[in-house]
Amino acid sequence: MTQTEDRDDHIDAEVDAALRAKALESLLIEKGLISTDLIDEVVRQYEEDIGPLNGARVVARAWQDSSYREWLLKDGTAAIADMGYIGRQGADMVVLENTPTVHNLVVCTLCSCYPWPVLGLPPNWYKSFAYRSRAVREPRTVLREFGLEIAESVEVRVWDSNSEVRYMVLPEQPAGCEALSEEALVSLISRDAMIGVAKVESPNPDGVEQ
Amino acid sequence: MNGIHDMGGMHGFGPIEYEEDEPVFHQRWEGRVYAMITNTAVPVPGGLRYAIERMGQALYLASSYYARWMHARIQTLIAADIFTQAEFDERLSYYRQNPQAAPPSREDLETVQRAITAISAPPPKREVPDIQPAFKIGDAVKSRNMHPAGHTRLPRYARGKNAVVVKYYGVQGFDDAISAGTEPNSQPLYCVRFEGRDLWGESAEPNSAVYLDMWESYLEAL
Repeated sequence: MTQTEDRDDHIDAEVDAALRAKALESLLIEKGLISTDLIDEVVRQYEEDIGPLNGARVVARAWQDSSYREWLLKDGTAAIADMGYIGRQGADMVVLENTPTVHNLVVCTLCSCYPWPVLGLPPNWYKSFAYRSRAVREPRTVLREFGLEIAESVEVRVWDSNSEVRYMVLPEQPAGCEALSEEALVSLISRDAMIGVAKVESPNPDGVEQ
Repeated sequence: MNGIHDMGGMHGFGPIEYEEDEPVFHQRWEGRVYAMITNTAVPVPGGLRYAIERMGQALYLASSYYARWMHARIQTLIAADIFTQAEFDERLSYYRQNPQAAPPSREDLETVQRAITAISAPPPKREVPDIQPAFKIGDAVKSRNMHPAGHTRLPRYARGKNAVVVKYYGVQGFDDAISAGTEPNSQPLYCVRFEGRDLWGESAEPNSAVYLDMWESYLEAL
């Protein structure tokens, strides 16, 4: 099969999916099972409100407040709920601490389970067959593809989210950001760092005054 | 079930494709499907995940994430007599002939408010029986070599392998039984650690381990 045929198949499948979605929406509307404004509002919430910024606020607070950090690692569900992030796919939260000797990585091999209230909906790569199949078998190779080289002396722990417990990584705080405000910290903390496929980079890596 | 969804450890899916600044939904229909699926109050016997697992295995591989959800949801709505397959096919055929036509619109502010509350509501407290856990943290265990035909949360790559209990999560709903509709459907839930070499042998990467959540019936004492 040529590349072009592959692409045509893909476009046809997408177009057909869009039409199927319309057929489904029209039937559910007619049967009174859903409303247009409900669909619009749920889409808006996940596009604008419920995303990795929530998780980044949790991480920034943990970096700045050692008693919150302790609570977060001991009872992730309660400490995250304290920030107002609760609900669907986040009822039972466990937070995993990255340290100089342990690097944590989260995957869901059976499905694509992901902590929605703190990270929003998962990116395509997290749902991809490649990530789901490979992260448990060759995590270091996978991390290298993300540009992250983990020294052999550092243990790599892969968490396969197979129950209703949802996992999130507490990344290491990089050097050079002790004086930053919470908002400045939040802007450094990426979704990928909270899944474990990236580290949080120092804002000032060479120690040069900016 | 030993389905294609159980992908841990498989070869052949190629490199991971990363997209910078990825949108939450790539196509408009994805967001609408997501909203419909999470807010249509028609129960799915066995759960939507099991419905996805049972879709044609070749179709599973050929479909995107939200397309799999949509397929399974349509099948389960047909099974629940919300609409018939013929009704759906007729509607689809209409949109194929009129691809620019929009679905009818209906506003209902009250359901919007209910849905928004539900997104961030704490889950209903589930009554669980008082069961004493058979294992404790630090125990050496072995996962059972089991191959149930129904929904299970024990991936194939982790069956019949040695592990150590590292956390205890209390008595939790047991998804295999909940999906099958059988009792009892609560069990002690543990988090266990498998050493990379115990799962992948010689090909394991150095200094690596996999953690999985295991209901008690997945485990035996070592």
